[in-house]
Formats: sequence, structure tokens, C-alpha cells
Amino acid sequence: MGIRFILMVNKQGQTRLAQYYEWLTLEERRALEGEIVRKCLARNEQQCSFVEHRNYKIVYRRYASLFFLVGVDNDENELAILEFIHLLVETMDRHFGNVCELDIMFHLEKAHFMLEEMVMNGSIVETSKANILSPIQLMDKAS
Amino acid sequence: MWDPSPIPCIWVHITLPGLSPYEKKKYVWKMLYIYMLGYDVDFGHMEAVSLISAPKYPEKQVGYIVTSSLLNENHDFLRLAINTVRNDIIGRNETFQCLALTMVGNIGGREFAESLAPDVQKLLLSSSCRPLVRKKAALCLLRLYRKNPDVVNVDGWADRMAQLLDERDLGVLTSSMSLLVALVSNNHEAYWSCLPKCVKTLERLARNQDIPQEYTYYGIPSPWLQVKTMRALQYFPTIEDPYTRRTLFEVLQRILMGTDVVKNVNKNNASHAVLFEALALVMHLDAEKEMMSQCVALLGKFIAVREPNIRYLGLENMTRMLMVTDAQEIIKRHQAQIITSLKDPDISIRRRALDLLYGMCDVTNAKDIVEELLQYLSSADFTMREELSLKAAILAEKFAPDLSWYVDVILQLIDKAGDFISDDIWFRVVQFVTNNDDLQPYAAAKVKEYLEKPAVHETMVKVSAYILGEYSHLLARRPGCSPKEIFVILHEKLPTVSTTTIPILLSAYAKILMHTQPPDQELQSQIWAIFNKYESCIDAEIQQRAVEYFALCQKGAALMDILAEMPKFPERKSSLIKRAEYSEADTAEQSAIKLRAQQQPSNALVVTDQPPANGATSPVPVGPLSLAMVPSMITTEDHTSTDQALSQQNGSLTKVDPQHPSADLLGDLLGPLAIEGPPGATVQSEHNAVSRLEGGPDAVDGSAIVPVEEQRNTVQPIGNIAERFHALCLKDSGVLYEDPYIQIGIKAEWRAHHGRLVLFLGNKNTAPLVSVQALMLPPAHLKMELSLVPDTIPPRAQVQCPLEVVNLRPSRDVAVLDFSYKFGTNMVNVKLRLPAVLNKFLQPIPVPAEEFFPQWRSLSGPPLKLQEVVRGVRPMPLPEMANLLNSFRLMISPGLDPNPNNLVASTTFYSESTHAMLCLIRIETDPADRTQLRMTLASGDPTLTFELKEFIKEQLISIPTAPPQSPAPAPPPAAQATPQIPPNDPAALLAGLLS
Repeated sequence: MGIRFILMVNKQGQTRLAQYYEWLTLEERRALEGEIVRKCLARNEQQCSFVEHRNYKIVYRRYASLFFLVGVDNDENELAILEFIHLLVETMDRHFGNVCELDIMFHLEKAHFMLEEMVMNGSIVETSKANILSPIQLMDKAS
Repeated sequence: MWDPSPIPCIWVHITLPGLSPYEKKKYVWKMLYIYMLGYDVDFGHMEAVSLISAPKYPEKQVGYIVTSSLLNENHDFLRLAINTVRNDIIGRNETFQCLALTMVGNIGGREFAESLAPDVQKLLLSSSCRPLVRKKAALCLLRLYRKNPDVVNVDGWADRMAQLLDERDLGVLTSSMSLLVALVSNNHEAYWSCLPKCVKTLERLARNQDIPQEYTYYGIPSPWLQVKTMRALQYFPTIEDPYTRRTLFEVLQRILMGTDVVKNVNKNNASHAVLFEALALVMHLDAEKEMMSQCVALLGKFIAVREPNIRYLGLENMTRMLMVTDAQEIIKRHQAQIITSLKDPDISIRRRALDLLYGMCDVTNAKDIVEELLQYLSSADFTMREELSLKAAILAEKFAPDLSWYVDVILQLIDKAGDFISDDIWFRVVQFVTNNDDLQPYAAAKVKEYLEKPAVHETMVKVSAYILGEYSHLLARRPGCSPKEIFVILHEKLPTVSTTTIPILLSAYAKILMHTQPPDQELQSQIWAIFNKYESCIDAEIQQRAVEYFALCQKGAALMDILAEMPKFPERKSSLIKRAEYSEADTAEQSAIKLRAQQQPSNALVVTDQPPANGATSPVPVGPLSLAMVPSMITTEDHTSTDQALSQQNGSLTKVDPQHPSADLLGDLLGPLAIEGPPGATVQSEHNAVSRLEGGPDAVDGSAIVPVEEQRNTVQPIGNIAERFHALCLKDSGVLYEDPYIQIGIKAEWRAHHGRLVLFLGNKNTAPLVSVQALMLPPAHLKMELSLVPDTIPPRAQVQCPLEVVNLRPSRDVAVLDFSYKFGTNMVNVKLRLPAVLNKFLQPIPVPAEEFFPQWRSLSGPPLKLQEVVRGVRPMPLPEMANLLNSFRLMISPGLDPNPNNLVASTTFYSESTHAMLCLIRIETDPADRTQLRMTLASGDPTLTFELKEFIKEQLISIPTAPPQSPAPAPPPAAQATPQIPPNDPAALLAGLLS
């Protein structure tokens, strides 16, 4: 199945974006997010980017004040996911220009559009930034 | 915290008519945002879904995205959209196609699979479609395939799949590869023709041929596609075609050799992602030795680098390597480095190192590794200690060069990490010591040493008390080891231990006393004084032991027989090893339930070792017996029946062989743990043995119970099934059934006469549950439709099975779910009542006085209005009764009746035949006699009036915690596995005295 969820959390632990590719109830999500945030945010730069939690593996990366946390199956290629996070950030960068937490907060829909183009049902659909961004650009032009 | 007040505000906004498209969009996004922050959003779903059918792209897009985030595949609203979605998919507008495919790909369920699969396939294969649609079609099809594997069971699909892999567009190729991975993981034979295509794709990528700039990532041609392709190749068992094989190995060789460490982090990560996948593929293909050792060399390099990610992955892949090849010898060379990783500052890495050390341990290096683990134990962090000690214990047991070393290790473990040592570990050491005569004096001397330390962990006291009680007489000639001195050492610990340990100490005293030859009057009076003191202990277990030992001590010769040394244990497989499998996932999750589950087989062993006490020749088959265990049996407290069964066995056996009761005593020491009891039942059996000796027919004839007891060892539900059912009658979600293997949860939604239940079947094990079957036995008044229940539940997975209920007419009958599954050789079958009961179709409604009285008057006399005097009501204060009625969705209207002792309630009942029907209830109580009341019921339907009256009557009379007589087969006897009142719970005892 691959990717189970993608979270963007700031360093205060507030969720900025959450996208799940398997159905969890609200309580389960809340509990899961809380546990993961507690585990990952406490780690430092010298530690690796992988955390084992329940039956997931969390691959995470920090960009300034924002953490990108991706929950994957245990047998997923961790480094590929780690770079996928970076690809996501670069894509956002290309669109927003020097993306920051506020961009994602205030343009939640755009962030969702990009994710939607990149991941579907837990699998990677597209890795070309131009292709990912073309629907959004079309829409921006139309409006 | 975030102020939740905007929620109602948005709710108001979103439901306003005449919103502009922009506003609608805005509020739907806000709703998603609120949901994302963790607030329950149960409104606006309809609005989100309705946006899907909007004509314009922006609204449609919002509709699709928000819908797929908010709803799950079983949501009713999705059904409303299915037509629009299909129209979008087969329509001409590419952008609409993409949106629809994405949503179906994310949350499409079985219904979607059935109605959309051909269209999606067509899109995927169409040559006129643009890549942007086809890549989504590929993943959409993957989803549909998972929901219903038949969607690709078309002739020639494998060939088309192979054609798809010739695709030039990398986006389509990436998605198709994901689809292929899912397909080959299920059935690699059908897709063998895809194998050379995968190799070709990989070659194309690795040689960077015809890869658009957009798809290279830091100079590396789509690392994700490379990884995916190699993953797909790992599902084919072998590659036969020599040309393909050679090509693949060339590519792999290039990757292995050509990956260098570069400065740019991203490039480095991406190339190593490919490298690690290549390593996995090489291991899978079982390449030539040369290539293998190359891999191990690489991994050896990785586990020593500074970069933590690579170190982590190096360790992880080395562990994988242990499993697939006999690379053990080469890996052992890195042992020192791995041990260093055990002290890494990062817990993720430490865990990997621990796993690897555990995996690579064998007879040659066990001593080193275990000692290393022991040393690390004192500095390890708490989250890891339990796992660490468990693994050390297992390795010590598995690879011990000699048993005294094993005893040393376990005692050190207890000494260093007593809190994390589960009972299994010390039971195991006791077993070994008992079974090896040479070991006994050594172990006894060793534990004595530990006991002399100033601070001793309680587990150490337990194991020491046990071993010293049994074997301290073997030391009697050594200095400082006279019975009296041993007694003093042990007795010093008594004030520091908890009530679970005191019984073991008492047993030890009794044994020491018995071994004192010639009898020592002073010691005897000392020990008797202790027994005397505990004879009035509040803990039943301790009290019983004290009383019995005191009585035994005065028996003289009989004492010798009963307190003789324990016989050998039957050889059994270590339960620790099984336990370790569980701890892999998460040590914190170690729960009593699992332990119990693992203990069960060993317990079964103990019991079946005994000859059937009641003379039954063979174990009786499961089915009929569980039915034979009628309610009267169920209500007898389980604990007593267990004891009776045991005593029966014991009693009859004592006459044959005086050794046996004590055999049981030890069997019990380990046995009851399986049933959660404290090492309690032990003495109970002894006690009964005594009463037999005295000729007192104390033990009830339990012959009928023994076989039941035996088969109880199959699978025991956790908790009381009847209680769970009653709880679920009052609420809409909770656990319906649980045993060590499976948990069945239920969640229900009720709307008018429709109900929608979802059964959550959760496998709690690391092994799949097979032959899962669920059969609905609905009563005549309910129409029920259970969606397909999969035959197998994968390890640790949860399966959701929706169940649709339609209430046709009023009735109190209950639906029954006949559920069965197989775990290992255990066939489990339970019949569970489903909480689709009358009150679920009620909707409380307030009726003001000016409406109530005309209604009440218009419904006059039977059969629409019924009155009955109910006696034998469970006495309860009026407010409590009002609460009870409220919980059954009968709305109490205070003040309608001038008499404060009366209750008036109203509700609406929904069924297909009656539609919404108002019901009015009046209950007149007598303050002088709370056990009787007069109840008057009125509604527009005679059956409803009658059924509702009977229903309320049942609720008022029965005590909800006791299982009422159900029309369905009684819940299996094992329902009572856990005694409701633990016999040694002082609070419960007190309560018993007071009532």
C-alpha cells in the first residue's frame, strides 16, 4: 500500500495539513497524531529520519519550523520517501516561491491540489514538477 | 486551545440556501480545516458531496477533494454521487476525468469497483487518452482491484499489463508499476511476461536513456520509479531467461559499484534509495557468492558511517540479509560494530541493532552477545528494557553452552531489570532448575547470594523463595545454609513484598520446615506463629495458605508426602519465543491479553497431561458441550468450578500416587497465569487434597465440569459477552466480543427505521485468521444485509464489514451473528446477539402538555392502550428509573403528571410497517413499595404497544448485568473466563459481607 498518511506539523505540534490514505476515525487520528508528534519533535539533528511507531514507520524531515511526517508500511523504501518529501517541498517552493508555513496554512487548498497530483491511494503518481503544477496554473490563469 | 465556536457558525453558513459558489467553496474548505484540526465535523458532508455535481471545475474540484478526505468508502452519501462520478469518468472533459478517477482511487468501495471497473480499464488502455488521465486510471484500477480482485480477471489482462510497461511517459509508467506490484504480489505466475519489461524499464532508467529532464531528480532518473521497478522484480521467485538475468545483473552491478557518497544530501539520499533497493533485489535473487559478499561489504561500510540514516538502513538490511541467505558468517565479522550501535544516541538505530544482534546470535557468539545485552540493560532506556530483557532471556535459553550460565543470566536480568521481567521468564528458570538435578544446588546457592544483597527486587524474592523452598536442603551442609538461616534470610524480605509474593514465601516456609531434620522446635514455633498471624489475613489467597499449611504442619507424615519435591515438568516449548514475535511490533503494546494468549498452549499441556478424572474416555467435542453448559452453570462463579475441577482431579489422584498433587501444585504455579489468576489456585488444590486425606468429602463432585474445563482451554473470550451486549444496547459503539485472537467491535448509526452497523473484525495476532465466516440469523422483523466478510484476516489487520438493517415491524426478537474462524488448529465458533434491539428504532420526542393529553385520551383502551401492574421490579429511586428510560430513548417529560411519583415519557418508533409512530408511556410507582409499579402504554399500533410494554418491563425487572434468558443459544461457557469478582479483592469481599 505504501504511504498511509502525510502530516505537516509545525514545531509547536499544530497540524497544518493532514492527508490519510487509509480510513481512521477522528479519535484514532487524534491519538496517532499526538503520539507521532511527541515522538518525532523530540528528536535532534543527529538522529536518523526514521521512527518506528506501532506498525508504521514514520519518515520525517524538518524544514525550518515545519515538520513533514509521512507514515509508511514497514517494508517501504525509507530513503525514497525521504526524498519524496523533498520533492513535495521543492514543488511547493516552485509554486509559492520560498514556501513557508503560512503559505500552506492560507493556501490549504493549493497544498491539497499538489498532494492530490502527487499521491493517490498511497502510491506515487507523478514526480515531474511541471506536470504536478499544471492544473493549478491553469486554474490560476482562469480566475 | 483553538476556540471551537466557529463550528456552529460554519454549520449555519453552509446550510444556508442561496450561497454563491465562492462562499460554498470557502465554507467547505473551512470545514475540512476544522476536521483536520481534530474536531468532529458531522455536518456539511452533503454540501461537499453536492459540489461534485457542480458544472464548473473549481467547485467540482473542491467537492471531490473534500469528499475524499471526509468520507470513507462505506458512507451512504457516496452512493448518491456514484452516477455523477461515472458520468465524469466516461465524459469527455479530461480534467473532470482526473478528479473523478482520483476520488475513486482514494475512497472507492466495492460498489464502485463493480460499476466502474470496465470504464477505468478502457481509459487506462486507450491510446487516445492523454497520460495525465491514464496515470490516474492506473492507480484507480489498483484501488478497485483491491476492493474486488475480479476486476482484472479478464482474459489477456496480463498481456495488456505487459504492453502498458512499454509506455514512454514516466508518469503513466510509475502508476502502472504500482499496479503491477499489487498484481504480482498476489499472483506472479500470471504476469511472468511483465518480467523482461521491468528489466528493460530498469535498464532504460539506469542508463538514463530517453528520460526527460523533468523526471530526473538531482541527476538521477526518477529514483522512485527505479525503486518501484526493483520492488516488482522481487515478487518473481526467480529469473529463468539467461539474457534477462544477465541484463539485470549488469544493471545491479552498476548500481552497487557506481553509487558514491556525494556532498549533496538529496542526491545522496536518492542514489542510496536506489542502492538499498538493489541490495534487496540481489539478496532476493540469491546471486553469485561474489556479488553477495560485495553486498555484505557495502552494508558493513554503511553501519559504520556518520550519517545516521545510512547507519539505520545498513542495520535494517543486514537483518534482512540474515533471513534470506547464509551470510551469517560474513556478518559476524561486524559484530563489534553492531554492538557499538547498541549504544547509539538514537533509539531507532538501537532498536535495529538489537534486532540484528538477536537475529545473528548462535551458539558460537551467544555468550558475548548476551553479556553485551546484559551490560547495556542497566543503561538502556525504559522503552527498550522489556524487549531487551526478553530477548536476552530467549537467547540465553536457546544457545546456553551450559545451564548454570543460563541461570546466571536470568538472575542477572532479574537483578538489573526486575520491573521488566515478566513472569514467564522466572517460571522458565524454575522449570529448568526443577528438571535438572545438577542445577539445583547451584541455583539455590546463587539465589541465596542475591538475597543477601541489600536491595532485592520482588521478582528476585519470588524466584528465590521458590528455589530455596524446594532445594535449600541440598545446601544444608554448607556454612550459613541451615534451614533456620535460610528462613531468616527469606523472612527478612516479607515486610517489603506485595501480597502476590507472600503466598510463595509461605509455601517456602512450609517446605523449609518440612525439610528440617531433626525438627527444630524453635523454627517450628516461629513459622507456626507466622501462619497463625496470616490466618486472618484479608487476602483470601494468603489466608487460605496460612490455614492450610498450619493444618498440614500438624499432620506429620502426611506433610512429607504433600510437600515433597516437585516432579519434573513435561518438556514444552518456551512461551518466551512466541512472545518475542509480539514484541517486535511495539513493546509498549505488550498486554496481558497477549500473554494470556501465548500461555494458553502450555496450560493446555498441563491439563491434558492429567488422566481424565471423571472417567470420560475421550475429550467431548466442543459444540454440544458448550451448549450443554446451561445458564445455571454460567452463573456459578467460574473460580469455584475451576477449583472443583482441579480438586476432583487431585482428590482422585492422591490415592493412586502421592506425588501427583504436588505435580499439580507446580502445574498450577504456571497454569493459572494463563487464566489471569494469581498463583492462587495452587494451594486450593492442595487444600482439597488435604480434606480428602481427612476423609471430608469437601470437594463437590465436579465430574460433569471437568470436560468443560478442558475444552475451555481452546479459546476464551475476554470479558462477559452478555454484559457487552447489554452495554451496546445502550450505546452505539463498543466491543461486541473479544478473545485472545480477535476483537469484534461494532459501530452503529440509526436513522428512523434504518440502521447501519459496521463490524470491525480485528486480528490481534501476527498470524492470519482463516476460514472466517459470519452468518446473520435475523429475526423475522428485521431485514439484514451483511456485506461480504473476507475469508482471511491478515495479521494485525482490521476488517470492516458493514451491515444494513431495516426494521419491518415492532418486535423484541434479537438478531444473532453466527461467527466462526480458525486460528492454527483451533476452530472457534460463537453466536453473538447483535444490539439491533427495539429501542434503537426509537427517537425521543418531547410532547407538550397541550398535545399529550388529547393524544392520550384518543388512544383509549386495549389493544392500543395497555395497562399492567408489574411486580418484582428492581427497586431503584425515581431519578434512576428516569435515567434508565432516557437511556432507552424514552423521553421523560417532567411536570406532566401532577403526582411526583409518576413518570410520563414519550418517544417515536420507526418501522417500515408503522412508519413514525408516537408512543406514550406512563409509569405510576408506589413510594411505599418500590418493587411494584403500574405501567400504561399507548400507541397507534397494537403490536407496538404490546412489544414496547414487554420491552420496558424486561428492562425494569431484569438486572442488566445478569444475562437474561435469550432466545439465542447461550453465550459459550467461556464467557465467564474471568471471574467477575476476583476472590482476593478485599473490596469485593467487603461488599459481599455488607450486602
